[in-house]
Amino acid sequence: MNMINTTLVADRPARVEAETAVAVRNLTRDFGGPAVLENLSFTIARGEFVALLGRSGSGKSTLLRTLAGLDPAPPDTINLPQARAVVFQEPRLLPWKRVLANVTLGLRTSHAAQKARAALVEVELSHRENAWPLTLSGGEAQRAALARALVREPELLLLDEPFAALDALTRLRMQGLVGELWAAHRPAVLLVTHDVDEALLLADRVMLLRDGKIAVDRQIDLSRPRRHADPAFNRLRAELLAELGVHGAD
Amino acid sequence: MSGATLPALQTVSTRGALSWRRVNNTLRRAYVPLLIVILWQAGSDLGLYSVQTVPPPTVVAAAAWQLATSGQLAINIWVSLERVFFGLSIGVAVGTTFALIAGLSRIGEDALDSTVQMVRTLPHLALIPLMIMWFGIGETPKITLIALGSMFPIYLNLFAGIRGADRKLREAAGTLGLSHFETILHVVLPAALPGFLVGLRQAFGISWITLVVAEQINANAGIGYLVMNARDFLRTDIIFVGLTIYALLGLLTDSSVRFLEKHLLAWRPTYLAQGAAK
Repeated sequence: MNMINTTLVADRPARVEAETAVAVRNLTRDFGGPAVLENLSFTIARGEFVALLGRSGSGKSTLLRTLAGLDPAPPDTINLPQARAVVFQEPRLLPWKRVLANVTLGLRTSHAAQKARAALVEVELSHRENAWPLTLSGGEAQRAALARALVREPELLLLDEPFAALDALTRLRMQGLVGELWAAHRPAVLLVTHDVDEALLLADRVMLLRDGKIAVDRQIDLSRPRRHADPAFNRLRAELLAELGVHGAD
Repeated sequence: MSGATLPALQTVSTRGALSWRRVNNTLRRAYVPLLIVILWQAGSDLGLYSVQTVPPPTVVAAAAWQLATSGQLAINIWVSLERVFFGLSIGVAVGTTFALIAGLSRIGEDALDSTVQMVRTLPHLALIPLMIMWFGIGETPKITLIALGSMFPIYLNLFAGIRGADRKLREAAGTLGLSHFETILHVVLPAALPGFLVGLRQAFGISWITLVVAEQINANAGIGYLVMNARDFLRTDIIFVGLTIYALLGLLTDSSVRFLEKHLLAWRPTYLAQGAAK
């Protein structure tokens, strides 16, 4: 695996190293005031789908931005795979490039257009490859953004509340799509969300951030596909909501 | 198979309707100017004003025809166009260069912006006496003035466009692995293009105004010269010809910038709605 920084994992057993996509150790971030992220340490295994829950201001966006390389991190605190991709809450497509050109943007492999077309087929958007982004619906634009991430064959996919701006029906479809794409390509995923249901539908593991610290970190052992009707699903849901400060939601 | 032929027929008929709508739109823009010409002629025919003060369109057209056949019109229009072309080219080139330097780097902004802003507040036409003393009465002072007048709208609009480029798009470009230079090329400059085109439109406007003033002082060719010469011979009809040419040239340049906008900014919702047929 391509590690940017190999010194950190040198003291770990080799097998664990090969299985780890993301390793964060003692990460602290502050912007002059109290720490936004306080001494965080965790790992994400290769192919693992982790949902990061937290209320507004809990530091979850800061963590994602730091992992995406948008905010600087102190040296020797983060190990990441080289191939990363980010999907934001807004699609962030360049409006002056057609959908296909947006997907291939910055791609330095051969047959870029061919790969981009394949990615557009996967997100069911191939009929719109020549469209201008501003003519796309919210769901279509977000699928284009997903194709743009997918075509980079990421080992780590960072999703920053990617469904938050979509209507309820589109959101359900997109959640299903992300689940399918993850199953097909198996990148490690960090999904930042404030939607407990979404986290439980998709993730292998849920981390809950509170005041810059990991308050909850637990495996979700429910069988897939996940169902809201499952009593175990509901128990977990109530539990996590309680951790977020929402009581008696059932 | 009526089911197979029907869609084809429909396509043809919608395309026909669209091109007719386009022609009709163009015509609609001509209605008011045509109405003004008709009223202008009617007023003259009814004797509301003398032919000497306000020559009617027929007389103006006759004067234009006479100038055209003698070759004077073409020569003078050509001279004027040349002045605008060179002046504007220099102005756009300098304005663009300054805006890129100041817009893309803080050091460039600190070095250039305050100076450009200071010079900008000078009415450039006030420099005419100085220009004549420095450069005489040839083409140089006229072209310099046009260049000076047209560089500021380019600078201001392009600078604002570069600085206004969406930070979120630049961020996204970074996560896609674009280098600094590629980000400028694919994100910042396209984002600044609408601003540049607004600047270009204003620069054209200023060029014509500057041309008129510059040509009426110490010129021996050009539309302004034609007009000033006509004044000496009390030829109001030729003055009207000159004014009409200025108006038409202004219209022409404005619609050429519009044409540019329509093709370069085809991705914008306003143009997308118009070009829905494509």
